[in-house]
Amino acid sequence: MLNQKEILSTVEMIDQQHLDIRTITMGISLLSCCDPDPGRACEKVYEKICRCAEKLVKTGQDIEDEFGIPIVNKRISVTPMAMVAGASETEDYVPFALALDRAARSCGVNFIGGYSALVQKGMTKADERLIRSIPEALARTELVCSSVNVGSTRAGINMDAVALMGRVIKETAAATADRDGLGCAKLVVFCNAVEDNPFMAGAFHGAGEAEKVINVGVSGPGVVYHALKSVRGQPLDVAAETIKKTAFRVTRMGQLVAQEASRRLDTPFGIVDLSLAPTPAIGDSVARILEELGLEVCGTHGTTAALAMLNDAVKKGGVMASSSVGGLSGAFIPVSEDEGMIAAARRGTLCLDKLEAMTCVCSVGLDMIAVPGDTPAETISAIIADEAAIGMVNNKTTAVRILPTPGKTVGDTIEMGGLLGSAPVMPVHPESSAGFISRGGRIPAPLHSLRN
Amino acid sequence: MNAIVTVVGQDRVGIIAAVCNRLAGHNVNILDISQTILQGAFTMVMAVDVSASAASFGELGQSLNELGAEMGLSIRIQREEIFDAMHHI
Repeated sequence: MLNQKEILSTVEMIDQQHLDIRTITMGISLLSCCDPDPGRACEKVYEKICRCAEKLVKTGQDIEDEFGIPIVNKRISVTPMAMVAGASETEDYVPFALALDRAARSCGVNFIGGYSALVQKGMTKADERLIRSIPEALARTELVCSSVNVGSTRAGINMDAVALMGRVIKETAAATADRDGLGCAKLVVFCNAVEDNPFMAGAFHGAGEAEKVINVGVSGPGVVYHALKSVRGQPLDVAAETIKKTAFRVTRMGQLVAQEASRRLDTPFGIVDLSLAPTPAIGDSVARILEELGLEVCGTHGTTAALAMLNDAVKKGGVMASSSVGGLSGAFIPVSEDEGMIAAARRGTLCLDKLEAMTCVCSVGLDMIAVPGDTPAETISAIIADEAAIGMVNNKTTAVRILPTPGKTVGDTIEMGGLLGSAPVMPVHPESSAGFISRGGRIPAPLHSLRN
Repeated sequence: MNAIVTVVGQDRVGIIAAVCNRLAGHNVNILDISQTILQGAFTMVMAVDVSASAASFGELGQSLNELGAEMGLSIRIQREEIFDAMHHI
């Protein structure tokens, strides 16, 4: 029997601690849409997405109403588009992005992910065409998200692709200069990308996935923060235990919503993603959790250790609460989307180098970081290479979502609004990495033994 | 289907009467009520059965929301499973 205290604690988590389901994402395979005629292929893409996801938003809203738990985003992820478009006799892939955008609008979702290519070992012609079309595709669409996987622990890092992505990111910023380079907020470069990630902008529906699937991303930095307040000053193992218990509760709720959505949409349940996903709202910040653990400002010495503990405790608590855990599953540290991170970056305590160290111990990478608009493409490529190397060697997913905002420089702030938040422009090292990036080729896969 | 109604806000005369009336109007049966004053705030938790109600869950929520707005209270209705999932194994 439920008691009043339990009921009120749940209500308080929802009302005051920003507890929510961050996203219900329907993964849809588009492999059946391949067609030599590109126009026909786009029609099939549009038609299949609309057919599969027709009731996604309505179902999400119904679950929200009945369980009283906000479901912030309803989204769609699709097969990496290079695999689908590669079958068509065309060199122009932008129409595929437009078809995705139209389908997302018809379904009422707020993002669609999967304008993607997986090139960790090499690029097919289709992969290269897709990558080169990203700036135009992101400039001409609103809801499409794009990702490119440039490395993996098994394959190493494709440095030709890394060099290309530096240029593509710059071109994307230029193509969306009228919107503060917003296109770059919808473009992620991965190492060890996962096939069942429900979070944008990096979601795609992997080739190893079923016809369609429901993945759910939970959230809850605010809930963890409040729970930690009750054990202030106590040893870190007590803090870890508190985080575990909180993560367990939050994930149980995610599992319930995932199963309910899966049943109502007659779509198999895929995974629950255990990530702590912050928002720009006060009280929903990962940085503030680290500060609650005893750091004056996020980014100071000790931040990496605190984050490692937080990330591990979230996984340990969550993994027992769900029948199937997957996706990225870890604490996110997107600078522009986290009120505490924004404050720490403004103060200068949180810098790019410290963020890079933090990504060694948490999900996912250098995320939503604004850098000066005149940052050279090679420097961006080098930042990607560093991040990919961390992922490759540590056998984890890492990513870069970086915003070289045209016309902006250190001291400026870019405003993106909504969940994307605002980002203070952070300095990059002025010394050149061009010689390293221009070498191209591949960084071979690392040794899997002798791991020190 | 069982649901939980929670009412939180400033105490005043007639809260229980008004909420019970509204629920009765929708043919919702009350199974259990517990009410207390927590840190100065009126706090009530009700277990209810909505299976005989003609209104959809969304309509019930809307109706209770409106009552809450009229009386300056936060009133919500949620399916029982969410609390079970979060607190019981």
